[in-house]
Amino acid sequence: MPGLIKAIEPFRFYTRLHLSELTGLRASTLGQLSDMIKQVSGSCIYHHTHRFLQQHQYLSPEPPNDFAYWVSKVLGEDELGERLASIDTVQFSTIRRLRDKIVATIEDYLKNNLSAKLKFAGKGEEFHFIKSVSFVLPTNYIAYNLREFTDIVKNITIDSIYFHIFESRLRLEKKTNDFSNWIETSIGDKELSDKISKLDPYTHTLEDLRKTIIKIVEQKLRD
Amino acid sequence: MANIEEYIPIVGQPIMDDLKLLAEKLKGKVIQHINSTAVGGGIAEILSRMVPLLRELGVDTRWDVIRGGEQFFEVTKKFHNALHGNPEEIMQRDFNIFMETSQKNIEALDIHGDIIFVHDPQPIALIKKKTGNKWIWRCHIDVSNPNQRVWKFLENFITNYDSAVFSAPSFSQRMTIRQFLISPSIDPLSDKNRELPQETIDSVLKKYNIKKDKPIITQISRFDRLKDPVGVIEAYKQVKKYIDCQLILAGGSAADDPESAEVLEEVKARSEHDKDIHILLLPQDDIVVNALQRASSVIVQKSLKEGFGLTVAEALWKSKPVVASNVGGIPLQIKHKYSGLLCHSIDGASFAIKQFLANPEYAKKLGQNGREHISNNFLITRHIREYMLLFLSLYHKEDVVYL
Repeated sequence: MPGLIKAIEPFRFYTRLHLSELTGLRASTLGQLSDMIKQVSGSCIYHHTHRFLQQHQYLSPEPPNDFAYWVSKVLGEDELGERLASIDTVQFSTIRRLRDKIVATIEDYLKNNLSAKLKFAGKGEEFHFIKSVSFVLPTNYIAYNLREFTDIVKNITIDSIYFHIFESRLRLEKKTNDFSNWIETSIGDKELSDKISKLDPYTHTLEDLRKTIIKIVEQKLRD
Repeated sequence: MANIEEYIPIVGQPIMDDLKLLAEKLKGKVIQHINSTAVGGGIAEILSRMVPLLRELGVDTRWDVIRGGEQFFEVTKKFHNALHGNPEEIMQRDFNIFMETSQKNIEALDIHGDIIFVHDPQPIALIKKKTGNKWIWRCHIDVSNPNQRVWKFLENFITNYDSAVFSAPSFSQRMTIRQFLISPSIDPLSDKNRELPQETIDSVLKKYNIKKDKPIITQISRFDRLKDPVGVIEAYKQVKKYIDCQLILAGGSAADDPESAEVLEEVKARSEHDKDIHILLLPQDDIVVNALQRASSVIVQKSLKEGFGLTVAEALWKSKPVVASNVGGIPLQIKHKYSGLLCHSIDGASFAIKQFLANPEYAKKLGQNGREHISNNFLITRHIREYMLLFLSLYHKEDVVYL
């Protein structure tokens, strides 16, 4: 029974709760936006590229990062908005590299669209920089095998799933998500580990992601 | 009053587990809330629910109210309007009155918390009593464009706090202390928001002589110029030309708002004895508010300025289509054309109301989306969680905190 193979190390589920810290910094033009993106802390970049995942657990008509939303909806630069929205976040293993890509995308666009430099947001519509402060706590849930793992994933908060899939990989700069890492190193199932690490979590809602992970692991348990 | 376990069917056991984990980390700390009124208005309403729930979770939470006479509250109302960006003539005498009452409160109030949580400008000067404890200033007001004289006056106090909290990103200022974004919330089990039997709704309508024979447009709020009740009447009149409907303007008054009687008279005058306009000055009765919201076809919140606009969250929680101004915390609750309709003017409001009344399926869909959004982001359990994180942040300066 693959589901009952005892893990070398059990998996301890953590949860991550967050507070939004205001910086008082605001941008009215694309030039200001780009300059500030270069200066603000990594926690700010992380906030504006991941906020939507937790705030809109069900699909809603918002692009997947705040920069794209503001550029399209407030400045009316739909093409740049689309370019920013389609940055493939999962390809970046550090916030620094993600930040560089966002800046390069805006600067490239400004080079070829001089009129975009003149656009500015009206009063009250500026882009406000916010940073994410994370609090990481161990939960009481521990899995010793894959069967227990799926049972817990079914019931744990989406904040916990979020932490192990998104935050530990990008913000804490681990190479893969925690689930894949545990399945490979403690259960010894590289194939199953790869299946989960190949998911693009940014194209799922968190509830959908939960269901997909459960489905992949349960399929393995049935095989 | 509901106990904490009763929220589990609404938010789920794991969310409750998280709250208990955080409460554990605050064991031994005393939290002391201080504001200016025990009844009426959004702050008192939130605290009256929040304080007992935090206690049930094991967080030692107390709540004190400052004292002030008529003159003091007239001054703080002027401050309030000025912070909202309204033209107000603020004299040195006003600052003197503010400081005299503040000094009395500084002398009279027993400050005993490890964390002192001060709400809005009225009690702000209490910071002079700061010793070794932690102090938070919670601003519930839209200060995106404040009167600089009043703001600078308050800033002298704010900079001595450890952290400040605002309800919307646009309210943040360049400051030397940490500032956090925490939205207020609604309580799904309170009398104002819980499910009601149809008989209760019908009996409230009967009591106020409102018939169900035509669509009902409702704005629930205090009679305050910043809520623009006269603008709502104008919008209703424009809609009425095309769709036969009725309007309810309902609200109470708060002990710290001396202006409401005057505004109520203006509203009555503007209604010109139209029998389809129901102006209800309500006593504090949450079941009545709940019933009126549930009986409505469209809910309006046409504020000119808004700290947050909890009536929007209340209406969306009841799956109602909402037309609201794009001000303060309202755009956090409504994504235009997805979970409601935002407006910037009387004409915009009347056009949006007509859209809803003429397209019930569209109205229903937006109301359902709105309920989902409130359920995920604006219930009291999220608010309690963020307050506990805020308390913990006072002892941790880093961006990733391991507890």
